[in-house]
Amino acid sequence: MKHTLSVYVRNRSGVLSRVAGLFSGRGYNIDSLCVAETNEPGYSLMTIVVTGSDAVIEQINKQLNKLIDVVKVITHSGDEIVVRELMLVKVSATSQNRGEIVQIANIFRGHIVDLSPKSLIVEIYGTNEKLKAALEMFAPFGIKDIVRTGSIAMTR
Amino acid sequence: MTSRTGAQLVAEALIKENVDVVFGYPGGAILDTFDALYLAKDKLRFILARHEQGAVHMADGYARATGRVGVVVVTSGPGATNAVTGIATANMDSVPLVVICGQVGTSVIGNDAFQEADVTGITRPVSKHNYLVNDIKELPSVIKEAFHIASTGRPGPVVIDLPKDVQKASTSIPYPETVDIPTYQPNYEGNMNQVRKMAAAIKKAKKPLAYVGGGAIIAGATEELYKFIKKTRIPVTETLMGLGAYPEDEPENLRMLGMHGTCYANYAVQDCDLLIAIGARFDDRVTGNVQTFSANATIVQIDIDPSSISKIKTAHIPVVGDVKDVLTKLNEIVEAPDLTEWWEKIEAWRKEFPLAYGEPQDGCIMPQYVIEEVSKAAGPDAIFATDVGQHQMWAAQYLQINKPRTFLSSGGLGTMGFGLPAALGAQCGKPNETVFSICGDGGFQMLIEELAVGRLNKLPVVCVVLNNSCLGMVRQWQELFYSKHYAMSITDTTNDSLLEPEKEPRYIPDFIKVAEAYDCIGERVTKKERVAAAIKEAMEKAKKERRPALLEFVVEPRANVFPMVPAGASLEQMMGRLV
Repeated sequence: MKHTLSVYVRNRSGVLSRVAGLFSGRGYNIDSLCVAETNEPGYSLMTIVVTGSDAVIEQINKQLNKLIDVVKVITHSGDEIVVRELMLVKVSATSQNRGEIVQIANIFRGHIVDLSPKSLIVEIYGTNEKLKAALEMFAPFGIKDIVRTGSIAMTR
Repeated sequence: MTSRTGAQLVAEALIKENVDVVFGYPGGAILDTFDALYLAKDKLRFILARHEQGAVHMADGYARATGRVGVVVVTSGPGATNAVTGIATANMDSVPLVVICGQVGTSVIGNDAFQEADVTGITRPVSKHNYLVNDIKELPSVIKEAFHIASTGRPGPVVIDLPKDVQKASTSIPYPETVDIPTYQPNYEGNMNQVRKMAAAIKKAKKPLAYVGGGAIIAGATEELYKFIKKTRIPVTETLMGLGAYPEDEPENLRMLGMHGTCYANYAVQDCDLLIAIGARFDDRVTGNVQTFSANATIVQIDIDPSSISKIKTAHIPVVGDVKDVLTKLNEIVEAPDLTEWWEKIEAWRKEFPLAYGEPQDGCIMPQYVIEEVSKAAGPDAIFATDVGQHQMWAAQYLQINKPRTFLSSGGLGTMGFGLPAALGAQCGKPNETVFSICGDGGFQMLIEELAVGRLNKLPVVCVVLNNSCLGMVRQWQELFYSKHYAMSITDTTNDSLLEPEKEPRYIPDFIKVAEAYDCIGERVTKKERVAAAIKEAMEKAKKERRPALLEFVVEPRANVFPMVPAGASLEQMMGRLV
């Protein structure tokens, strides 16, 4: 099962590798990881999505808390949180089907952020499910490239 | 505050932290710090090892024997990488160390400079915490934090990577008196509600068992444990790291449990209805098959490290806190359950399945016999540092360990080479006690060069080397589980036959000549009749001449460690119960 963790850390050199190393060293797999500053100087927030049983997540939580540079760990579950992710998709496009692609992008409330004769880049944000659905719709046209930020999450 | 260099600050900090001995090895990137240590030599004794791994094991042995922080100073690159095994050893067994490594200058870090290694990267997974000091302004608080982190909570090694230019730079920032790390606040106080639940579980238990690990010793909780056991008469079994937490000459002590534990301890674990884990972490060498381990018991687990609780076995009553605090609270409210029937059962097991070993037919010395004689000769305060392998398990089985911090062994990492330097370090911290190093011929050779340290620093360690001409534990597993294919485990021949040794014994190395080369006392013992006298004489001579003694016992090579629970089997499935 996928779990989303918010990990507040002291913004010290090496803290990312401490957290990442904990996952690799203990055989846990990170699905996505997103790091940025918080509104408090010197502290950063890592949003980590990880797949594992409840027991594994509990152990990850404890091990993260054990790291000296970790301030706190919040393990989110269910619908108490808002999760968003940003994605850029480069879709093959010709003059014939470009209009259709733009229509699909609009339905997903995406924006066309780049246009060239053979492709266009769509920017879409939303939940994992929404991004997945959008990708399914773009697939028949030919997806040339995808870049995703990984999830960020906030408690309601 | 007058200005001083980073190197001088290191010396000042060590003195302020009441460090009395530093272990290490110099080199290019740490020269400035060594210069400062040289100037502070009246206050800081420096022990020069012959290999950085030896230096770290010495600091480790010192820390285990004294309970104080062991300090190591080594150079960058190979100096630091050589230290890694020692750091990992201390990390697995929760030993407080501060390891200061020189590093190339900050301007060339990352340039593959001479003797450069990414030491914080390498040591991150094997240390409790580490620092790369980029700025002299950070250095005072970093050293203060390092000592604090190493010695509090669940202790462990802390590495400080100290670039050469930071050692040279100056600061007038004072060395802090106190330390406060908001993100690091170990919880010492056991929750009273949990303690009450524990007391209630004990009251209604019919077959309780205390399973005591190294945490009880680290917490300094042996008196509280003694009170608890005497008040309740709950039987006690100890892990390898827990040996000495409860006196072995007390009737409640069932000795070690696990893979090479006593039958009666393992039967008690499997049969108990309440298992009280006290500073123990359910290591695989203890549990065997986790599913069947103590399967019918309610499990109480006391540990200062929340991540140890329910990591392997779900604890029904978890208590996060310092063992000493928790047991103090428990002792106030605990009531003794009626254990008459339980003790009858245990005593029957103890009588039926005692620890025992056979006699060889050809008059060879049995290794267990040597350990028993060492134990008899040693006296109540003696300290034993072991290496890793068969001799380590025999030491755990046949030594009488009655006091905490007297049995020093690499339990978690199982580091061969630990036995000699750890004993030397322990002797530095406990100059008046008798210190034994108990090793096999394999592990003793791994850091044999440290004999020089013993000789030059007048450390009268008695080294007991059980020479069976093979890597005994490896050979035992090959005998039992690999169709007697003695692959690379017989050290005195180039073939794999244990039963057809060379006609003339060849001693490679000749340990007695090695002892001679290092100007240590040496004797090879090949007859059983000589064992007891040789030990006694070596102890006396070492003490009188203030130098190490090396006693090589040529022992039965086919001896196995029994009882034995095969890896992954259930604890009651012991092999060789009576052998």
